[in-house]
Amino acid sequence: VADLAMMSAHLLSWLIWLPIVGGFVVLGLGHRATVAKWVSLVVSTLALLLSIPLWSWFKTGTAEMQFVERSPWITTIHAQFYIGVDGISMPLILLTTFTTVLIVIASWQNVEKRVAQYMAAFLIMEGLMIGVFAALDGVLFYVFWEAMLLPMFIIIGVWGGPRRVYATIKFFLYTFIGSLLMLVALIYLYLKSGSYELAVFQHLPLTLREQTFIFLAFFAAFAVKVPMFPVHTWLPDAHVEAPTGGSVVLAAIMLKMGGYGFLRFSLPIAPDASRELDWLIIALSLIAVVYISFVALAQRDMKKLIAYSSIAHMGFVTLGMFIGFQIVAHTGKTSGIELGLDGAVVQMLSHGLVSGAMFLCVGVMYDRVHSREISAYGGVVNTMPKFAAFMVLFALANSSLPGTSGFVGEFLVILASFKANVWYAFLAATILVLGAAYTLWLVKRVIFGEIANDKVAALKDINGREFLVLGLLALGVLLVGLWPAPLLDVMRATTQHLAEQLLVSKVAL
Amino acid sequence: MIAGAFNPSSFNAGLVYAWPEIFLSLAACAILMLDLLLNEKQRRWTGWLAIISLIITAVLVAVQPLSSKIVALGGLFELDRMAQVLKIAMILVVAAVFVYSTDYLQRRSILKGEYFVLGLFATVGGMVLISAASLITLYLGLELMSLCLYAMVAFDRDSGIAAESAIKYFVLGSMASGTLLYGMSIVYGVTGSLELAEIATAVRNAGIGGNIGLLFGIAFVIVGVGFKFGAVPFHMWIPDVYEGSPTCVTVFIGTASKLAAFALAMRLLPEALGASQADWSQMLVVLSVLSMTIGNIVAIAQSNLKRMLAYSTISHVGYVLLGILAGTAQGYQAAMFYMISYIIVAAGAFGMILLMSKQGFEADKIADFKGLNARSPWLAGMMAILMFSLAGLPPFIGFPAKLGVIQAVLNVHMVWLAVVAVLFSVVGAFYYLRIVKVMYFDEPTETSSIGGSLLMRTVLSVNALLVFALGVIPGTLLQICQQALQ
Repeated sequence: VADLAMMSAHLLSWLIWLPIVGGFVVLGLGHRATVAKWVSLVVSTLALLLSIPLWSWFKTGTAEMQFVERSPWITTIHAQFYIGVDGISMPLILLTTFTTVLIVIASWQNVEKRVAQYMAAFLIMEGLMIGVFAALDGVLFYVFWEAMLLPMFIIIGVWGGPRRVYATIKFFLYTFIGSLLMLVALIYLYLKSGSYELAVFQHLPLTLREQTFIFLAFFAAFAVKVPMFPVHTWLPDAHVEAPTGGSVVLAAIMLKMGGYGFLRFSLPIAPDASRELDWLIIALSLIAVVYISFVALAQRDMKKLIAYSSIAHMGFVTLGMFIGFQIVAHTGKTSGIELGLDGAVVQMLSHGLVSGAMFLCVGVMYDRVHSREISAYGGVVNTMPKFAAFMVLFALANSSLPGTSGFVGEFLVILASFKANVWYAFLAATILVLGAAYTLWLVKRVIFGEIANDKVAALKDINGREFLVLGLLALGVLLVGLWPAPLLDVMRATTQHLAEQLLVSKVAL
Repeated sequence: MIAGAFNPSSFNAGLVYAWPEIFLSLAACAILMLDLLLNEKQRRWTGWLAIISLIITAVLVAVQPLSSKIVALGGLFELDRMAQVLKIAMILVVAAVFVYSTDYLQRRSILKGEYFVLGLFATVGGMVLISAASLITLYLGLELMSLCLYAMVAFDRDSGIAAESAIKYFVLGSMASGTLLYGMSIVYGVTGSLELAEIATAVRNAGIGGNIGLLFGIAFVIVGVGFKFGAVPFHMWIPDVYEGSPTCVTVFIGTASKLAAFALAMRLLPEALGASQADWSQMLVVLSVLSMTIGNIVAIAQSNLKRMLAYSTISHVGYVLLGILAGTAQGYQAAMFYMISYIIVAAGAFGMILLMSKQGFEADKIADFKGLNARSPWLAGMMAILMFSLAGLPPFIGFPAKLGVIQAVLNVHMVWLAVVAVLFSVVGAFYYLRIVKVMYFDEPTETSSIGGSLLMRTVLSVNALLVFALGVIPGTLLQICQQALQ
């Protein structure tokens, strides 16, 4: 029992540092590719196993931070190494460890050059991403948030496609400019409160004017990351040029950080400004849902199509977060707020699984044909029946079929929108139609029909390794879709607490 | 102590505080003599002796007992914590520069004893400047350092571009010194004293903050400081001198002389003219914004790495000025931290150029770093650390430095300045990333092995890893800066 207590006291530290240290070890292996792969697999699997107690020992029914660790770090500016998880960040950490294992397995054969560096970059990034979700101190959060860009910059730039340099620099600068404005806001809050603790920030009284500036600074950081219309243009480029693993991390986890940032920073620290500016977020979200879905319809490149689909689905996430203010404004009741928040979080997790799976599917085809053009395919089902089954399942999840994970989150968000105004719900629900349109049309053109060319005719179906990766993802998609109750239980207390925070004006404090 | 009432016994007692400077001067003279006795093969010993005497000097500075500020030598010399920290930083960075240079000079067959001797005298000048308690010593130290640097730029006498740079540096540097001296004379005229402490009292007591004569003097002083710092619009010499000098001199100018310029600014502005902070702050705001803007934007267009780093220096000076212009103790501490962290990174970055250089070939084009990751992953990693740090990314030392100066300006409610600072650091990130890009994303055009002795590689690696380590755990250095400027 004492060992268990020790373990649980430092569990998060282990989760952060194990992959980072492991990554540096792999980096030191140099040209020994096979050893590097096995070490990476062991490290990432260990991290996944370590994250399971995070779920099983997690106490539901409380919004308190759990697995908290706190020690002094930079004493002159009162920054601490202060980490912990609640019902929102814990599932996201699980998503991170799960996805990284899949990426290591999926990249087993299709990375040819500098294998050790490739694996090391993903492991280091895993640790940093867990750090982002666990950090409860502003400086610590910022360090992880920014440091995470470096491995991603290298991954896209070294192992990416023909326009990789353009894509990776665009990706980097876009995110960097937003983050720096967030840094200014964090320092401002520190000077005001004398501490970098997020909990202190959340209780700090701020005038509406201050809140508005702080909200906009955070908005710059998180809107780029989500990404929201009109700062989404880096995403299609980055996705198209990134290697499969990079696309998966981008779609499955990095985009979620934007949403997580809204939940952890914008809403609780600047609730009044969030209420004043909710129209902005809701409008941009609805534009993302409707307009970007049409853009997705017009794509000829599979990765680009999925990238645009990601933007549209993430629009749902931000809609769910801010629709609560409209519910209060229109009905005077507060009952629907946590519905939207729940929906947003479930949608983030579901999108992590589904978009990751879609990118892996494209990766499977790309490895064989070396083209991402939709027109290069057709009738894949004839030669790759097992693969086609998976692809169709993920496509259906992407178009939010009931029974898949995609349905749960979107249903909750639409339900919340309905409480606010029927027109919001109407516009939001167009994603069900348009999402089905572009995804199923993609499947029709790529998977079904006659065999289009010799390359497709020569395709070999997925091997055991690929089956394992896609199978695990399919399991996750169905599990969340059919039985979302445990997940909702875990996050309920946290979202309820957040909903209460939103309603308390900090101006009056 | 009043000038005129000269007391020989107390003067002699005060010499003890200047012992490190005296030792280093004597050591430099001795090395100059010894160098005559060495033949070409033994020339390396000049470098080793110089490095050893620097390390001894650093120890001498470190063991100086210091409870409070000491003014000695008839009010010419002062020893405080800031002086101690800056001196140790300067000596150590010069020692690292000498390690890098010995190798480089030998490979390029221009290993001459003069380089080290001049470098040592320049260091003495810097130390005198750092410890100056009077306008006279301030100027004396500055000129000793500058004259040595002019000569160092030209010491490779067969290089036409170096000679051109030396002339340019000399002419512009002398002009700056003249301007500074003119400003000092006006300050002396208004306050009636040469001693910094007395000037401070005079400015504070007389309430002559708005005195037009003093303002005039401050303006000239700022021009002089701006020149030595290389802040826009007094930056014109920097790119040409950086590019034209032999790289081993560029690194000297880019590190030790920047630290000296910082000391100059600290002694003159907060210490002597602290009471007119409102006046010089406004002037520094202009210099700072222009430096960040021009430095970062023009750096993008450079294809020569030394020139790019020159413009990068200019932009970093803009960030250092942010801390000074805030006019708070926290701001000065942040500026000092920024300056020290910058010279650590700059020493490493120029050290990489020195390492990559070969016989008859300076690796100072950005293209020379193409595909470095394929040639040597370790060195590419080190260079990447240095570039990321210059861009101000965590977890490298450039990040806590930037955090500090932004905090300083936000603390005095200049939010717009903080926003300008962070926006231009995004511009800066672009050209630092370009170096990472050529190292990692491009294929190498050259396959020859990279030279450098084991010692040089070790010191360079330690230098780069220090940038990483201090970025993760900046607490100790931050505390040192905090204690130095309370």
